[in-house]
Amino acid sequence: MSMLRKSSTLRFLAQAILLLFWSAVAVWASEPKGSPSHGTNIFAPASTPAKSIADLSVFVLVITGIIFVVVFALLLYSVVKFRGRAMDAGHEPAQVYGSTQIELAWTIIPILIVVVLFLATARVIHSIQDAPEPAGAVQVTAIGHQYWWEFRYPKLGIVTANELHIPVGDPSHPTPTFLQLLSADTDHSFWVPELGGKTDLIPNHPNRMWMDPQRTGVFLGQCAQYCGTQHAKMLLRVSVDGPEEFASWVRAQQRPAVEDTGAIAGRRVFESNACMNCHAVAGSAADGRFGPDLTHLMSRATIGAGAAKNTHNNLRLWIQDPSAIKPGSLMPAMKLSDADLDAVVSYMETLR
Amino acid sequence: MSSNAITIPGTQIQTRPWVDELHQWLTTVDHKRLGILYILSALLFLVIGGVEALVMRIQLMRAHNNFVSPEVFNRMFTMHGTTMIFFVAMPVLFGFANYLVPLMIGARDMAFPRLNAFSFWLSFLGGLLLYFSFLGGSGLYGAGSAPDVGWWSYAPLGARAFSPGHSSDYWTLALLVSGFGSIGTAINIIATIVSLRCPGMKISRMPLLVWLNLVMAGMVLIAITPLSAAQIMLLIDRYLGGHFFDTQAGGSAVLWMHFFWIFGHPEVYVLIIPCFAFMSEIIPVFSRKPIFGYPVMVGATVCIAFVSMSVWAHHMFTIGMNSYANSFFTLTTMAVGVPTGIKIFNWIGTMWGGKIQFKTPMLFSIGFLFQFLIAGLTGIMMACSPFDWQLSLSYFVVAHFHYVIVGGILFALFAAFYYWYPKMTGRMLSQGLGKWHFWLFLIGFHLTFDVMHIPGVLGMPRRIYTYEPGRGWDTLNLIITIGAFIQAFAILVFVANLVISYFKGARAGNDPWDAWTLEWSISSPPPAYNFATVPTVASRRPLWDLKHPEDPDSRYE
Repeated sequence: MSMLRKSSTLRFLAQAILLLFWSAVAVWASEPKGSPSHGTNIFAPASTPAKSIADLSVFVLVITGIIFVVVFALLLYSVVKFRGRAMDAGHEPAQVYGSTQIELAWTIIPILIVVVLFLATARVIHSIQDAPEPAGAVQVTAIGHQYWWEFRYPKLGIVTANELHIPVGDPSHPTPTFLQLLSADTDHSFWVPELGGKTDLIPNHPNRMWMDPQRTGVFLGQCAQYCGTQHAKMLLRVSVDGPEEFASWVRAQQRPAVEDTGAIAGRRVFESNACMNCHAVAGSAADGRFGPDLTHLMSRATIGAGAAKNTHNNLRLWIQDPSAIKPGSLMPAMKLSDADLDAVVSYMETLR
Repeated sequence: MSSNAITIPGTQIQTRPWVDELHQWLTTVDHKRLGILYILSALLFLVIGGVEALVMRIQLMRAHNNFVSPEVFNRMFTMHGTTMIFFVAMPVLFGFANYLVPLMIGARDMAFPRLNAFSFWLSFLGGLLLYFSFLGGSGLYGAGSAPDVGWWSYAPLGARAFSPGHSSDYWTLALLVSGFGSIGTAINIIATIVSLRCPGMKISRMPLLVWLNLVMAGMVLIAITPLSAAQIMLLIDRYLGGHFFDTQAGGSAVLWMHFFWIFGHPEVYVLIIPCFAFMSEIIPVFSRKPIFGYPVMVGATVCIAFVSMSVWAHHMFTIGMNSYANSFFTLTTMAVGVPTGIKIFNWIGTMWGGKIQFKTPMLFSIGFLFQFLIAGLTGIMMACSPFDWQLSLSYFVVAHFHYVIVGGILFALFAAFYYWYPKMTGRMLSQGLGKWHFWLFLIGFHLTFDVMHIPGVLGMPRRIYTYEPGRGWDTLNLIITIGAFIQAFAILVFVANLVISYFKGARAGNDPWDAWTLEWSISSPPPAYNFATVPTVASRRPLWDLKHPEDPDSRYE
């Protein structure tokens, strides 16, 4: 009984310390945000892998918090208690060379702590990494490019960029998304903190990760592995949609590009310049693979992998000179005349 | 002072014209002068690396700041990391090892004095080569200037396809050249300790500083060689059409990661073990007690050295290793915490029951203990690989390793500077400026690196030159930047202290701290060839025996 009380007192102490430490986190996390409804706090998990990581993390924080309190108290006590005083001058303290029992104790106790932490960790590693892929899982191939994301849904025949749409799941009807991670050039890392830990995208080294979001909304993330000049603006948005919403998004994405006779001039500019060498517009002659697929460009909220909002002015500025928004971007400035520029922008704006 | 009894007057160095003096310094093979050259070159690069850090901090102080371009920012973090690890931390620690190891074992110089000089000049010229990239990097191809691929230059970013021009070549060659210097010094330290100990200094009587530098030198031999091998392979890839790391031709990016981190993690211990060595000399002297549990301290160090060779892939938890590999490296990484914990406890055990004197070296040592404790605990968090999937590559990890390198290594180094400066120069560092330095640096450090953990938890990745407003990162980054400037100011106070005290400091005498190891038995600065008569020792604390003939250590060992 007394043991129990002691451990609960300890836990209370540790939690108090942790609370202090992480209250700062909470303050920043609760700050008002821009358009997306969530921040990117690793302690606000919205899917199973993220949640089991967060639970394990709290456990580790409690243990390390307790260690901190104990060792810090010892350190503080010895510094205060054994400080030299003026009247000691000339007298040396008792010369103690060591104590086998004490040293044995502070060897064995840490070993036990390590065993406990390791077992708790190994369980979570296994539950996340070795989770089987259920039959109804949504499959997505994510390909990292310098400095944008390509998302392909092989079963659904969809190709899109930078904004990943996945269905929300609930415990009775799980629809997890399994990502295959590839890279077209350098190393990247897929990180959406509230949906899961990060996994790298490495050329010649396919990786896998999964998530099963439990609430709808837009979740932010970005490339976490330094991949070159514009690593900072390789942002990532995951839109978790309700079942109907997701189904209608899929239907819309599966359609070829809208043919709008009003934008025929812009389409001609697009197809007679180098644009079509890198970009694809389904249903047209443009089938380039180096840049993002533009078939449904206007369905996306941002351009340049989240570098700017998808507005008329930003789109125009981007096509005129991408490096004005994202210096180091691999898309060249096409040096179009103003008339051609306006035509291409209005063509882009028909691609819903 | 009683220690005068075994003081042996050395040959007096006469004043010469400055050209002669300069010539002496440039051609010296004296371990003490080479030690000081190592330390001075490291201080030079410390200031340069610090300025690079400040450039980054100004750029990140608010969202969408335009202080520098992304290209410059990327060069800054690459150069900052490379400089601080290879041209500040390693040289300064080699410098102290060079200076102190022969003195502490009663030797007249290192085993191979000319190899010693050769190693120093290789390391220093490696640093100059790295910085020559700012001028020569644009070279023939007009692409790039200083390297901008990150201090670990992950493949394939360092390949010709993604890093054209010569900037990466300067990085590769600088590391290769300084790596040979490091290997030379490591061989030298081992040979010196093995063969030049004075009579009576059995291996079980060596000061802990000597023991720990022996372990460090052994680790350098094991850790630097794979790095050098990898650099040679990278050069083959870049210039001879090799495909080791060229993923476009079937090479392996992961292979580079393994090569780099099997160097990179032991490297952390190569840096921290000499700092443990400083602590193990300084804490006993200012607690007025012998080190608590000497054999266990040696055993724990050797244990750290072995275990730390099997933890490297904890830098790679996010690369998609299977669950067994992730579990293995979680276990080994957590296990290394056990011997490290033993060390912290034994230092506290040393202070326990002592009479602690809060001189500047001891202040920095207590700062070290406190910060190294926290650094170790955040290390345990990241050893837990699922937690690491969130924290890795974020600002949390940046905060963690700066806690180790600044809060741990740099604090221990400052302690060492205040402790041994009197021996090296014959003058005391000012205690008043020392306290200003300590408190300013402590405040700046905690303002910067405590706060830096939080943006990591909030999803801010490292190595980004800018970020979007409204993510909750802005204010935190401003605080971090303010802390960085306070630290920079504290460093100025420190440098001022070094310079002013050199001319105006109080005379140190042979043994200002009433210490117990052999270097305090001779004049400050020590004469050429140190000991006119090679001393004989009978215990781990020869000067204690001398000062307390009624109760010598030799009676108990």
